[in-house]
Amino acid sequence: MSMANLRLGYVPLTDAAPLIIAQELGFAAEEGLALDLIRLQSWAQSRDLLGLGGIDAAHMLVPLPIAQSLGLGPTYPPFDLVMVLSVGGQAICVSAALATAMRAKGHGFGFGDPLAARAALASVAPDSLRVGVPYPFSTQAELVRRWLDGSALAAGLSIHTVPPPQMADALASGEVDAFCVGEPWASYAVERGAGALVLAGRAIWASPPEKGLVLTRDFAEGRPEETGRLMRAVWRACRWLDRAENRATAAEILSRPEYLNLPAELSERGLMDRLHVSATGEVRDYPGFVRFHAGAANFPWRSLAALLARRIARLHGLDEVRAMQVAMGCFRTDLYRHHLRAAGADLPGASARIEGGMVHPTAVASEKGQMILGPDAFFDGETFEPPFALR
Amino acid sequence: MARLSIIVVERDRDRALRIVDGLRASGDHAITVISEATGLARRIAEQTPDIVLIDVADPSRDVLEELALVSGPMERPVAMFVDRSDEQLTRAAIEAGVSAYVVDGLHPDRIKPILDAAIARFHLFQKMRAELAATRAALEERKIIDRAKAILMKARGIDEEAAYALLRKTAMDQNRRMADIAQQLVMAAGLLT
Repeated sequence: MSMANLRLGYVPLTDAAPLIIAQELGFAAEEGLALDLIRLQSWAQSRDLLGLGGIDAAHMLVPLPIAQSLGLGPTYPPFDLVMVLSVGGQAICVSAALATAMRAKGHGFGFGDPLAARAALASVAPDSLRVGVPYPFSTQAELVRRWLDGSALAAGLSIHTVPPPQMADALASGEVDAFCVGEPWASYAVERGAGALVLAGRAIWASPPEKGLVLTRDFAEGRPEETGRLMRAVWRACRWLDRAENRATAAEILSRPEYLNLPAELSERGLMDRLHVSATGEVRDYPGFVRFHAGAANFPWRSLAALLARRIARLHGLDEVRAMQVAMGCFRTDLYRHHLRAAGADLPGASARIEGGMVHPTAVASEKGQMILGPDAFFDGETFEPPFALR
Repeated sequence: MARLSIIVVERDRDRALRIVDGLRASGDHAITVISEATGLARRIAEQTPDIVLIDVADPSRDVLEELALVSGPMERPVAMFVDRSDEQLTRAAIEAGVSAYVVDGLHPDRIKPILDAAIARFHLFQKMRAELAATRAALEERKIIDRAKAILMKARGIDEEAAYALLRKTAMDQNRRMADIAQQLVMAAGLLT
Protein backbone atom coordinates (compact mmCIF):
# COMPACT_ATOMS: atom_id res chain seq x y z
CA MET A 1 0.00 0.00 0.00
CA SER A 2 1.45 3.33 -1.05
CA MET A 3 1.51 6.20 1.43
CA ALA A 4 -1.02 8.90 0.64
CA ASN A 5 -0.81 12.44 1.92
CA LEU A 6 -3.95 14.15 3.13
CA ARG A 7 -4.26 17.74 4.33
CA LEU A 8 -6.54 18.05 7.35
CA GLY A 9 -7.72 21.31 8.88
CA TYR A 10 -8.46 21.62 12.60
CA VAL A 11 -9.24 24.44 14.99
CA PRO A 12 -7.30 24.26 18.28
CA LEU A 13 -9.75 22.65 20.71
CA THR A 14 -9.66 19.51 22.85
CA ASP A 15 -12.06 17.83 20.46
CA ALA A 16 -9.55 18.02 17.60
CA ALA A 17 -8.02 15.01 19.42
CA PRO A 18 -9.25 12.33 16.98
CA LEU A 19 -7.27 13.82 14.08
CA ILE A 20 -4.19 14.56 16.16
CA ILE A 21 -4.19 11.12 17.80
CA ALA A 22 -4.77 9.41 14.44
CA GLN A 23 -1.53 10.95 13.24
CA GLU A 24 0.53 10.88 16.45
CA LEU A 25 -0.23 7.29 17.50
CA GLY A 26 0.14 5.81 14.06
CA PHE A 27 -3.49 4.95 13.26
CA ALA A 28 -3.10 6.96 10.05
CA ALA A 29 0.18 5.25 9.14
CA GLU A 30 -1.46 1.84 9.64
CA GLU A 31 -3.88 2.85 6.88
CA GLY A 32 -1.06 4.11 4.69
CA LEU A 33 -1.81 7.76 5.34
CA ALA A 34 0.42 10.68 6.24
CA LEU A 35 -1.73 13.47 7.67
CA ASP A 36 -0.68 17.04 7.22
CA LEU A 37 -2.49 18.68 10.16
CA ILE A 38 -3.12 22.36 9.52
CA ARG A 39 -4.03 24.54 12.50
CA LEU A 40 -6.73 27.02 11.54
CA GLN A 41 -7.93 30.10 13.38
CA SER A 42 -11.60 30.28 12.49
CA TRP A 43 -14.49 28.17 11.23
CA ALA A 44 -14.89 30.49 8.26
CA GLN A 45 -11.30 29.74 7.31
CA SER A 46 -11.92 26.00 7.65
CA ARG A 47 -15.05 26.22 5.51
CA ASP A 48 -13.31 28.30 2.83
CA LEU A 49 -10.24 26.06 2.65
CA LEU A 50 -12.40 22.95 2.35
CA GLY A 51 -14.66 24.59 -0.21
CA LEU A 52 -11.73 25.82 -2.30
CA GLY A 53 -9.68 22.65 -2.11
CA GLY A 54 -7.01 24.01 0.23
CA ILE A 55 -7.58 21.04 2.57
CA ASP A 56 -8.96 17.55 1.94
CA ALA A 57 -10.98 17.18 5.14
CA ALA A 58 -11.85 19.21 8.21
CA HIS A 59 -12.63 18.88 11.90
CA MET A 60 -15.78 20.97 11.81
CA LEU A 61 -18.75 22.07 13.92
CA VAL A 62 -21.54 19.58 13.20
CA PRO A 63 -24.08 22.28 12.17
CA LEU A 64 -21.67 23.98 9.75
CA PRO A 65 -22.03 21.54 6.80
CA ILE A 66 -25.78 21.64 7.44
CA ALA A 67 -25.81 25.44 7.09
CA GLN A 68 -23.76 25.12 3.90
CA SER A 69 -26.28 22.63 2.50
CA LEU A 70 -29.04 25.15 3.21
CA GLY A 71 -27.27 27.86 1.23
CA LEU A 72 -26.18 29.87 4.26
CA GLY A 73 -22.61 30.38 3.12
CA PRO A 74 -20.51 30.90 0.03
CA THR A 75 -21.30 28.78 -3.02
CA TYR A 76 -18.91 25.89 -2.62
CA PRO A 77 -19.28 22.30 -3.77
CA PRO A 78 -21.48 20.31 -1.33
CA PHE A 79 -19.97 19.21 2.00
CA ASP A 80 -20.66 15.83 3.60
CA LEU A 81 -20.28 14.82 7.22
CA VAL A 82 -19.01 11.24 7.16
CA MET A 83 -18.66 10.64 10.89
CA VAL A 84 -19.14 12.40 14.22
CA LEU A 85 -15.85 13.01 16.04
CA SER A 86 -17.08 13.97 19.50
CA VAL A 87 -20.18 14.26 21.67
CA GLY A 88 -20.39 16.74 24.56
CA GLY A 89 -17.34 18.61 25.80
CA GLN A 90 -19.08 22.00 26.02
CA ALA A 91 -19.46 24.07 29.19
CA ILE A 92 -21.42 27.19 30.06
CA CYS A 93 -19.55 29.88 31.94
CA VAL A 94 -20.98 33.05 33.54
CA SER A 95 -19.07 36.24 34.34
CA ALA A 96 -17.36 36.65 37.72
CA ALA A 97 -19.90 39.33 38.68
CA LEU A 98 -22.89 37.10 37.87
CA ALA A 99 -21.22 34.17 39.63
CA THR A 100 -20.76 36.20 42.81
CA ALA A 101 -24.40 37.32 42.70
CA MET A 102 -25.60 33.75 42.10
CA ARG A 103 -23.51 32.50 44.99
CA ALA A 104 -24.94 35.23 47.25
CA LYS A 105 -28.40 33.84 46.46
CA GLY A 106 -27.28 30.39 47.56
CA HIS A 107 -26.52 28.72 44.19
CA GLY A 108 -24.11 25.83 44.68
CA PHE A 109 -22.56 25.60 41.19
CA GLY A 110 -23.41 21.94 40.80
CA PHE A 111 -22.56 21.86 37.02
CA GLY A 112 -25.27 19.32 36.22
CA ASP A 113 -28.68 20.86 36.91
CA PRO A 114 -29.99 23.06 34.05
CA LEU A 115 -33.14 24.17 35.85
CA ALA A 116 -31.35 25.18 39.06
CA ALA A 117 -28.62 27.00 37.10
CA ARG A 118 -31.20 28.75 34.94
CA ALA A 119 -33.30 29.87 37.91
CA ALA A 120 -30.21 31.15 39.75
CA LEU A 121 -29.04 33.02 36.67
CA ALA A 122 -32.52 34.49 36.05
CA SER A 123 -32.62 35.85 39.60
CA VAL A 124 -29.49 37.94 39.06
CA ALA A 125 -29.14 38.43 35.28
CA PRO A 126 -29.63 41.73 33.47
CA ASP A 127 -32.81 42.13 31.38
CA SER A 128 -30.81 41.64 28.22
CA LEU A 129 -28.49 38.67 28.57
CA ARG A 130 -25.64 38.45 26.04
CA VAL A 131 -24.22 34.98 25.52
CA GLY A 132 -21.10 34.16 23.48
CA VAL A 133 -20.87 31.11 21.23
CA PRO A 134 -18.02 30.16 18.85
CA TYR A 135 -20.02 30.40 15.63
CA PRO A 136 -23.58 31.15 14.49
CA PHE A 137 -23.91 27.52 13.33
CA SER A 138 -22.67 25.61 16.35
CA THR A 139 -23.93 23.03 18.81
CA GLN A 140 -23.23 25.68 21.47
CA ALA A 141 -25.85 28.01 19.94
CA GLU A 142 -28.35 25.13 19.94
CA LEU A 143 -27.58 24.33 23.59
CA VAL A 144 -27.91 27.94 24.78
CA ARG A 145 -31.20 28.47 22.96
CA ARG A 146 -32.60 25.20 24.23
CA TRP A 147 -31.51 25.93 27.80
CA LEU A 148 -33.07 29.40 27.93
CA ASP A 149 -36.14 28.86 25.68
CA GLY A 150 -39.32 29.18 27.65
CA SER A 151 -37.61 30.84 30.62
CA ALA A 152 -37.74 34.44 31.80
CA LEU A 153 -34.31 34.92 30.21
CA ALA A 154 -35.42 34.05 26.66
CA ALA A 155 -36.97 37.45 25.85
CA GLY A 156 -33.77 39.41 26.46
CA LEU A 157 -31.34 36.79 25.12
CA SER A 158 -28.89 37.77 22.41
CA ILE A 159 -26.25 35.41 21.05
CA HIS A 160 -22.90 36.69 19.85
CA THR A 161 -20.06 35.01 18.02
CA VAL A 162 -16.77 35.13 19.95
CA PRO A 163 -13.71 33.10 18.88
CA PRO A 164 -12.99 30.54 21.66
CA PRO A 165 -9.54 31.90 22.61
CA GLN A 166 -11.14 35.35 23.08
CA MET A 167 -14.02 34.12 25.29
CA ALA A 168 -12.20 34.90 28.56
CA ASP A 169 -11.42 38.47 27.46
CA ALA A 170 -14.96 39.04 26.17
CA LEU A 171 -16.33 37.94 29.54
CA ALA A 172 -13.81 39.98 31.55
CA SER A 173 -14.41 43.13 29.51
CA GLY A 174 -18.19 42.84 29.84
CA GLU A 175 -18.74 42.28 26.13
CA VAL A 176 -20.80 39.18 27.01
CA ASP A 177 -22.42 38.07 30.29
CA ALA A 178 -21.91 34.35 29.71
CA PHE A 179 -20.71 31.94 27.05
CA CYS A 180 -20.89 28.35 25.92
CA VAL A 181 -17.71 26.89 24.44
CA GLY A 182 -15.78 23.67 23.94
CA GLU A 183 -12.84 22.80 26.14
CA PRO A 184 -10.22 23.83 27.01
CA TRP A 185 -11.50 27.39 26.51
CA ALA A 186 -14.06 27.29 29.34
CA SER A 187 -11.38 26.06 31.77
CA TYR A 188 -9.04 28.71 30.39
CA ALA A 189 -11.56 31.46 31.30
CA VAL A 190 -12.01 29.97 34.78
CA GLU A 191 -8.25 29.88 35.28
CA ARG A 192 -8.01 33.52 34.23
CA GLY A 193 -10.62 34.44 36.86
CA ALA A 194 -13.01 35.72 34.18
CA GLY A 195 -15.94 33.57 35.27
CA ALA A 196 -17.33 30.38 36.76
CA LEU A 197 -18.78 27.26 35.12
CA VAL A 198 -22.47 26.66 35.73
CA LEU A 199 -23.32 23.79 33.44
CA ALA A 200 -22.01 21.01 31.22
CA GLY A 201 -23.43 20.94 27.70
CA ARG A 202 -24.47 17.33 28.28
CA ALA A 203 -26.71 18.44 31.17
CA ILE A 204 -28.88 20.26 28.61
CA TRP A 205 -28.80 17.53 25.97
CA ALA A 206 -27.30 14.20 27.00
CA SER A 207 -25.77 13.49 23.55
CA PRO A 208 -24.98 16.76 21.80
CA PRO A 209 -22.87 15.98 18.70
CA GLU A 210 -20.06 18.52 18.67
CA LYS A 211 -17.56 18.04 15.84
CA GLY A 212 -17.67 15.99 12.69
CA LEU A 213 -15.28 14.85 9.99
CA VAL A 214 -16.32 16.83 6.93
CA LEU A 215 -15.23 16.34 3.31
CA THR A 216 -16.50 17.70 0.04
CA ARG A 217 -18.92 15.31 -1.63
CA ASP A 218 -16.59 15.31 -4.64
CA PHE A 219 -13.78 13.95 -2.49
CA ALA A 220 -15.89 11.52 -0.44
CA GLU A 221 -17.41 9.95 -3.55
CA GLY A 222 -14.62 10.48 -6.03
CA ARG A 223 -11.76 9.21 -3.86
CA PRO A 224 -13.38 6.38 -1.90
CA GLU A 225 -10.08 4.62 -1.18
CA GLU A 226 -8.55 7.57 0.70
CA THR A 227 -11.87 8.48 2.30
CA GLY A 228 -12.15 4.97 3.72
CA ARG A 229 -8.57 4.95 5.00
CA LEU A 230 -9.06 8.31 6.68
CA MET A 231 -12.34 7.29 8.29
CA ARG A 232 -10.87 4.05 9.65
CA ALA A 233 -7.78 5.79 11.04
CA VAL A 234 -9.87 8.45 12.75
CA TRP A 235 -12.41 5.90 13.99
CA ARG A 236 -9.62 3.87 15.65
CA ALA A 237 -8.23 7.06 17.20
CA CYS A 238 -11.70 7.78 18.62
CA ARG A 239 -11.89 4.28 20.08
CA TRP A 240 -8.44 4.72 21.64
CA LEU A 241 -9.48 8.09 23.10
CA ASP A 242 -12.46 6.59 24.89
CA ARG A 243 -10.32 4.24 26.96
CA ALA A 244 -10.05 6.05 30.28
CA GLU A 245 -6.40 5.06 30.74
CA ASN A 246 -5.43 6.94 27.56
CA ARG A 247 -6.93 10.31 28.40
CA ALA A 248 -3.92 11.70 30.31
CA THR A 249 -1.65 10.79 27.41
CA ALA A 250 -4.06 12.44 25.01
CA ALA A 251 -3.98 15.65 27.09
CA GLU A 252 -0.18 15.64 26.95
CA ILE A 253 -0.07 15.25 23.18
CA LEU A 254 -2.80 17.80 22.50
CA SER A 255 -1.18 20.44 24.66
CA ARG A 256 2.08 20.53 22.71
CA PRO A 257 3.10 23.85 21.18
CA GLU A 258 2.26 22.72 17.64
CA TYR A 259 -1.33 21.87 18.63
CA LEU A 260 -3.13 23.72 21.47
CA ASN A 261 0.00 25.27 22.99
CA LEU A 262 -1.51 25.39 26.50
CA PRO A 263 -0.63 23.68 29.81
CA ALA A 264 -1.68 20.01 29.71
CA GLU A 265 -3.41 20.57 33.03
CA LEU A 266 -6.09 22.61 31.23
CA SER A 267 -7.17 20.10 28.56
CA GLU A 268 -6.84 17.33 31.14
CA ARG A 269 -9.84 18.69 33.05
CA GLY A 270 -12.36 18.02 30.31
CA LEU A 271 -10.67 14.82 29.20
CA MET A 272 -10.55 13.41 32.75
CA ASP A 273 -14.16 14.42 33.56
CA ARG A 274 -12.97 16.67 36.41
CA LEU A 275 -13.80 20.33 35.84
CA HIS A 276 -12.80 23.23 38.04
CA VAL A 277 -15.90 25.41 38.19
CA SER A 278 -14.13 28.37 39.79
CA ALA A 279 -10.64 29.77 40.09
CA THR A 280 -10.58 28.72 43.76
CA GLY A 281 -10.40 25.09 42.62
CA GLU A 282 -13.91 23.80 43.31
CA VAL A 283 -13.89 20.50 41.44
CA ARG A 284 -16.91 18.82 39.89
CA ASP A 285 -16.80 15.27 38.55
CA TYR A 286 -18.87 14.86 35.41
CA PRO A 287 -18.55 11.27 34.10
CA GLY A 288 -18.57 11.15 30.30
CA PHE A 289 -18.13 14.92 29.96
CA VAL A 290 -16.83 14.37 26.44
CA ARG A 291 -17.12 11.15 24.41
CA PHE A 292 -15.28 10.24 21.26
CA HIS A 293 -16.60 6.74 20.60
CA ALA A 294 -18.85 5.08 23.21
CA GLY A 295 -22.58 4.76 22.60
CA ALA A 296 -22.16 4.75 18.80
CA ALA A 297 -20.98 8.37 19.13
CA ASN A 298 -19.37 8.32 15.68
CA PHE A 299 -22.48 7.31 13.75
CA PRO A 300 -23.82 10.32 11.77
CA TRP A 301 -27.49 9.81 12.64
CA ARG A 302 -29.59 11.53 10.01
CA SER A 303 -32.09 12.50 12.67
CA LEU A 304 -29.38 14.71 14.24
CA ALA A 305 -29.01 16.54 10.93
CA ALA A 306 -32.78 17.07 10.79
CA LEU A 307 -32.94 18.32 14.38
CA LEU A 308 -30.16 20.87 13.91
CA ALA A 309 -31.52 21.91 10.49
CA ARG A 310 -34.94 22.62 11.97
CA ARG A 311 -33.49 25.23 14.33
CA ILE A 312 -31.40 26.84 11.58
CA ALA A 313 -34.41 26.92 9.24
CA ARG A 314 -36.55 28.62 11.89
CA LEU A 315 -33.92 31.25 12.62
CA HIS A 316 -33.32 32.04 8.97
CA GLY A 317 -36.85 31.86 7.63
CA LEU A 318 -36.38 28.71 5.53
CA ASP A 319 -38.90 25.95 4.89
CA GLU A 320 -38.40 23.52 7.78
CA VAL A 321 -39.35 20.25 6.08
CA ARG A 322 -37.26 20.99 3.02
CA ALA A 323 -34.32 22.05 5.22
CA MET A 324 -34.48 18.81 7.22
CA GLN A 325 -34.59 16.76 4.04
CA VAL A 326 -31.57 18.51 2.52
CA ALA A 327 -29.57 18.32 5.76
CA MET A 328 -30.21 14.60 6.18
CA GLY A 329 -28.67 14.08 2.77
CA CYS A 330 -25.28 15.40 3.86
CA PHE A 331 -24.96 13.04 6.86
CA ARG A 332 -23.46 10.07 5.07
CA THR A 333 -24.59 7.00 6.96
CA ASP A 334 -24.06 5.07 3.73
CA LEU A 335 -20.35 5.91 3.61
CA TYR A 336 -20.04 5.21 7.34
CA ARG A 337 -21.49 1.75 6.86
CA HIS A 338 -19.47 1.06 3.75
CA HIS A 339 -16.07 2.14 5.06
CA LEU A 340 -16.23 1.23 8.75
CA ARG A 341 -17.87 -2.20 8.61
CA ALA A 342 -14.48 -3.66 7.70
CA ALA A 343 -12.81 -1.91 10.63
CA GLY A 344 -15.16 -3.71 13.00
CA ALA A 345 -17.61 -0.92 13.73
CA ASP A 346 -20.98 -2.14 14.92
CA LEU A 347 -23.69 -0.68 12.73
CA PRO A 348 -27.23 0.18 13.83
CA GLY A 349 -30.18 -1.22 11.93
CA ALA A 350 -31.60 2.26 11.27
CA SER A 351 -29.91 5.43 10.03
CA ALA A 352 -32.20 7.81 11.93
CA ARG A 353 -33.75 7.55 15.36
CA ILE A 354 -36.04 9.42 17.70
CA GLU A 355 -33.77 12.02 19.29
CA GLY A 356 -34.16 12.67 22.99
CA GLY A 357 -36.01 9.44 23.62
CA MET A 358 -33.48 7.74 25.90
CA VAL A 359 -33.19 8.73 29.54
CA HIS A 360 -31.06 5.64 30.24
CA PRO A 361 -28.58 3.70 28.10
CA THR A 362 -30.68 1.57 25.77
CA ALA A 363 -29.91 -1.48 23.62
CA VAL A 364 -30.95 -1.29 19.94
CA ALA A 365 -30.71 -3.72 17.04
CA SER A 366 -27.40 -3.73 15.20
CA GLU A 367 -25.46 -5.90 12.79
CA LYS A 368 -23.49 -7.54 15.57
CA GLY A 369 -26.54 -8.08 17.73
CA GLN A 370 -27.02 -5.28 20.18
CA MET A 371 -25.67 -1.80 20.38
CA ILE A 372 -25.93 0.31 23.52
CA LEU A 373 -27.02 3.87 22.81
CA GLY A 374 -27.63 6.94 24.87
CA PRO A 375 -28.80 8.39 27.06
CA ASP A 376 -29.69 11.21 24.70
CA ALA A 377 -32.52 13.00 26.54
CA PHE A 378 -33.09 16.74 26.43
CA PHE A 379 -33.52 18.35 29.85
CA ASP A 380 -36.82 19.83 28.64
CA GLY A 381 -38.17 16.36 27.83
CA GLU A 382 -38.63 16.96 24.10
CA THR A 383 -38.53 14.02 21.75
CA PHE A 384 -37.83 14.67 18.11
CA GLU A 385 -38.79 12.43 15.26
CA PRO A 386 -37.70 13.48 11.77
CA PRO A 387 -40.65 13.72 9.39
CA PHE A 388 -39.33 10.94 7.17
CA ALA A 389 -39.02 7.18 7.34
CA LEU A 390 -36.57 6.08 10.01
CA ARG A 391 -34.57 3.85 7.74
CA MET B 1 -16.02 56.33 -8.16
CA ALA B 2 -17.91 57.01 -4.94
CA ARG B 3 -15.84 57.29 -1.78
CA LEU B 4 -15.78 53.97 0.03
CA SER B 5 -15.65 53.43 3.76
CA ILE B 6 -13.19 50.65 4.55
CA ILE B 7 -12.34 49.01 7.87
CA VAL B 8 -9.01 47.24 8.22
CA VAL B 9 -8.88 44.65 11.04
CA GLU B 10 -5.21 44.16 11.87
CA ARG B 11 -3.45 43.86 15.19
CA ASP B 12 0.07 44.46 13.94
CA ARG B 13 0.64 48.21 13.58
CA ASP B 14 3.29 48.07 10.83
CA ARG B 15 1.27 45.68 8.77
CA ALA B 16 -1.82 47.85 9.20
CA LEU B 17 0.10 50.92 8.05
CA ARG B 18 1.36 49.20 4.95
CA ILE B 19 -2.14 48.02 4.07
CA VAL B 20 -3.49 51.53 4.56
CA ASP B 21 -0.77 52.82 2.22
CA GLY B 22 -1.79 50.26 -0.36
CA LEU B 23 -5.41 51.33 -0.07
CA ARG B 24 -4.54 55.02 -0.38
CA ALA B 25 -2.74 54.24 -3.61
CA SER B 26 -5.94 52.77 -5.04
CA GLY B 27 -8.16 55.76 -4.36
CA ASP B 28 -9.59 58.21 -1.88
CA HIS B 29 -11.25 56.02 0.75
CA ALA B 30 -12.36 56.60 4.34
CA ILE B 31 -10.16 54.09 6.15
CA THR B 32 -10.43 52.97 9.78
CA VAL B 33 -8.02 50.53 11.40
CA ILE B 34 -9.28 48.32 14.24
CA SER B 35 -6.49 46.66 16.16
CA GLU B 36 -8.42 45.05 19.02
CA ALA B 37 -10.65 42.01 18.92
CA THR B 38 -12.76 43.27 21.80
CA GLY B 39 -15.94 44.97 20.66
CA LEU B 40 -15.21 44.29 16.98
CA ALA B 41 -18.81 43.42 16.09
CA ARG B 42 -20.13 46.55 17.78
CA ARG B 43 -17.60 48.85 16.13
CA ILE B 44 -18.22 47.46 12.67
CA ALA B 45 -21.99 47.59 13.13
CA GLU B 46 -21.74 51.22 14.21
CA GLN B 47 -19.68 52.24 11.21
CA THR B 48 -21.48 50.20 8.55
CA PRO B 49 -18.43 50.11 6.26
CA ASP B 50 -18.65 49.18 2.59
CA ILE B 51 -15.69 46.84 2.81
CA VAL B 52 -13.93 45.06 5.68
CA LEU B 53 -10.35 43.95 5.16
CA ILE B 54 -9.16 41.15 7.43
CA ASP B 55 -6.40 38.59 7.41
CA VAL B 56 -7.59 35.26 6.08
CA ALA B 57 -6.24 33.59 9.25
CA ASP B 58 -7.62 36.10 11.77
CA PRO B 59 -9.73 34.41 14.47
CA SER B 60 -12.18 37.32 14.33
CA ARG B 61 -13.34 36.25 10.87
CA ASP B 62 -16.14 34.27 12.54
CA VAL B 63 -17.42 37.49 14.08
CA LEU B 64 -17.69 38.95 10.57
CA GLU B 65 -19.54 35.83 9.45
CA GLU B 66 -22.18 36.58 12.03
CA LEU B 67 -22.44 40.21 10.92
CA ALA B 68 -22.80 39.11 7.30
CA LEU B 69 -25.62 36.72 8.27
CA VAL B 70 -27.46 39.46 10.12
CA SER B 71 -27.15 42.02 7.35
CA GLY B 72 -27.61 39.53 4.53
CA PRO B 73 -24.60 37.86 2.89
CA MET B 74 -24.77 40.26 -0.05
CA GLU B 75 -24.51 43.44 1.93
CA ARG B 76 -20.95 43.72 3.04
CA PRO B 77 -18.10 42.38 0.97
CA VAL B 78 -15.28 41.12 3.12
CA ALA B 79 -11.88 41.19 1.50
CA MET B 80 -9.15 39.14 3.08
CA PHE B 81 -5.45 39.24 2.67
CA VAL B 82 -2.96 36.45 2.86
CA ASP B 83 0.79 36.54 2.73
CA ARG B 84 1.43 33.39 0.82
CA SER B 85 0.03 33.87 -2.60
CA ASP B 86 -2.11 31.31 -4.33
CA GLU B 87 -3.60 32.90 -7.40
CA GLN B 88 -5.98 30.07 -8.12
CA LEU B 89 -7.33 30.01 -4.59
CA THR B 90 -7.82 33.75 -4.79
CA ARG B 91 -9.81 33.65 -7.97
CA ALA B 92 -11.93 30.74 -6.76
CA ALA B 93 -12.66 32.55 -3.51
CA ILE B 94 -13.86 35.65 -5.28
CA GLU B 95 -16.04 33.58 -7.57
CA ALA B 96 -17.50 31.71 -4.60
CA GLY B 97 -19.04 34.87 -3.30
CA VAL B 98 -18.29 35.97 0.20
CA SER B 99 -14.60 36.62 0.14
CA ALA B 100 -12.13 38.48 -1.94
CA TYR B 101 -8.61 37.54 -0.99
CA VAL B 102 -5.93 40.16 -1.19
CA VAL B 103 -2.93 38.08 -2.08
CA ASP B 104 0.38 39.04 -0.59
CA GLY B 105 -1.32 41.87 1.23
CA LEU B 106 1.76 43.91 1.89
CA HIS B 107 2.43 44.99 -1.68
CA PRO B 108 0.35 48.01 -2.63
CA ASP B 109 0.40 47.09 -6.32
CA ARG B 110 -1.16 43.74 -5.50
CA ILE B 111 -3.80 45.11 -3.18
CA LYS B 112 -5.34 47.20 -5.94
CA PRO B 113 -6.62 44.52 -8.36
CA ILE B 114 -8.17 42.50 -5.54
CA LEU B 115 -9.69 45.55 -3.97
CA ASP B 116 -11.07 46.49 -7.39
CA ALA B 117 -12.65 43.05 -7.61
CA ALA B 118 -14.17 43.48 -4.15
CA ILE B 119 -15.48 46.91 -5.09
CA ALA B 120 -16.92 45.57 -8.36
CA ARG B 121 -18.72 42.91 -6.35
CA PHE B 122 -19.95 45.52 -3.96
CA HIS B 123 -21.44 47.59 -6.78
CA LEU B 124 -22.95 44.52 -8.40
CA PHE B 125 -24.70 43.63 -5.16
CA GLN B 126 -25.80 47.21 -4.69
CA LYS B 127 -27.34 47.10 -8.16
CA MET B 128 -29.07 43.79 -7.39
CA ARG B 129 -30.37 45.27 -4.15
CA ALA B 130 -31.66 48.36 -5.94
CA GLU B 131 -33.38 46.19 -8.55
CA LEU B 132 -34.97 44.09 -5.86
CA ALA B 133 -36.19 47.21 -4.06
CA ALA B 134 -37.60 48.57 -7.35
CA THR B 135 -39.45 45.30 -7.98
CA ARG B 136 -40.89 45.41 -4.49
CA ALA B 137 -41.98 49.02 -4.93
CA ALA B 138 -43.65 48.19 -8.26
CA LEU B 139 -45.57 45.37 -6.59
CA GLU B 140 -46.69 47.70 -3.83
CA GLU B 141 -47.84 50.26 -6.37
CA ARG B 142 -49.84 47.69 -8.26
CA LYS B 143 -51.54 46.65 -5.05
CA ILE B 144 -52.51 50.22 -4.18
CA ILE B 145 -53.79 50.88 -7.71
CA ASP B 146 -55.93 47.73 -7.47
CA ARG B 147 -57.42 48.98 -4.24
CA ALA B 148 -58.12 52.43 -5.68
CA LYS B 149 -59.79 50.80 -8.68
CA ALA B 150 -62.03 48.75 -6.38
CA ILE B 151 -63.04 51.87 -4.46
CA LEU B 152 -63.91 53.72 -7.67
CA MET B 153 -65.84 50.76 -9.09
CA LYS B 154 -67.95 50.61 -5.95
CA ALA B 155 -68.46 54.35 -5.48
CA ARG B 156 -69.19 55.21 -9.11
CA GLY B 157 -70.75 51.95 -10.21
CA ILE B 158 -68.28 51.58 -13.11
CA ASP B 159 -66.35 48.56 -14.40
CA GLU B 160 -62.68 47.86 -13.88
CA GLU B 161 -61.58 49.23 -17.22
CA ALA B 162 -63.41 52.51 -16.67
CA ALA B 163 -61.98 52.80 -13.15
CA TYR B 164 -58.46 52.34 -14.50
CA ALA B 165 -59.07 54.89 -17.27
CA LEU B 166 -60.35 57.39 -14.72
CA LEU B 167 -57.28 56.96 -12.55
CA ARG B 168 -54.97 57.33 -15.52
CA LYS B 169 -56.75 60.43 -16.81
CA THR B 170 -56.68 62.10 -13.39
CA ALA B 171 -52.98 61.35 -13.09
CA MET B 172 -52.26 62.81 -16.53
CA ASP B 173 -54.41 65.90 -15.90
CA GLN B 174 -52.58 66.62 -12.66
CA ASN B 175 -49.22 65.63 -14.06
CA ARG B 176 -48.67 63.09 -11.29
CA ARG B 177 -47.98 59.39 -11.02
CA MET B 178 -50.92 57.03 -11.04
CA ALA B 179 -49.69 55.37 -7.84
CA ASP B 180 -49.76 58.72 -6.04
CA ILE B 181 -53.34 59.44 -7.13
CA ALA B 182 -54.32 55.91 -6.08
CA GLN B 183 -52.62 56.37 -2.73
CA GLN B 184 -54.53 59.62 -2.10
CA LEU B 185 -57.80 58.04 -3.10
CA VAL B 186 -57.28 55.04 -0.80
CA MET B 187 -56.36 57.34 2.07
CA ALA B 188 -59.35 59.64 1.47
CA ALA B 189 -61.67 56.66 1.23
CA GLY B 190 -60.30 55.43 4.53
CA LEU B 191 -61.17 58.78 6.14
CA LEU B 192 -64.69 58.82 4.73
CA THR B 193 -65.73 55.39 5.93
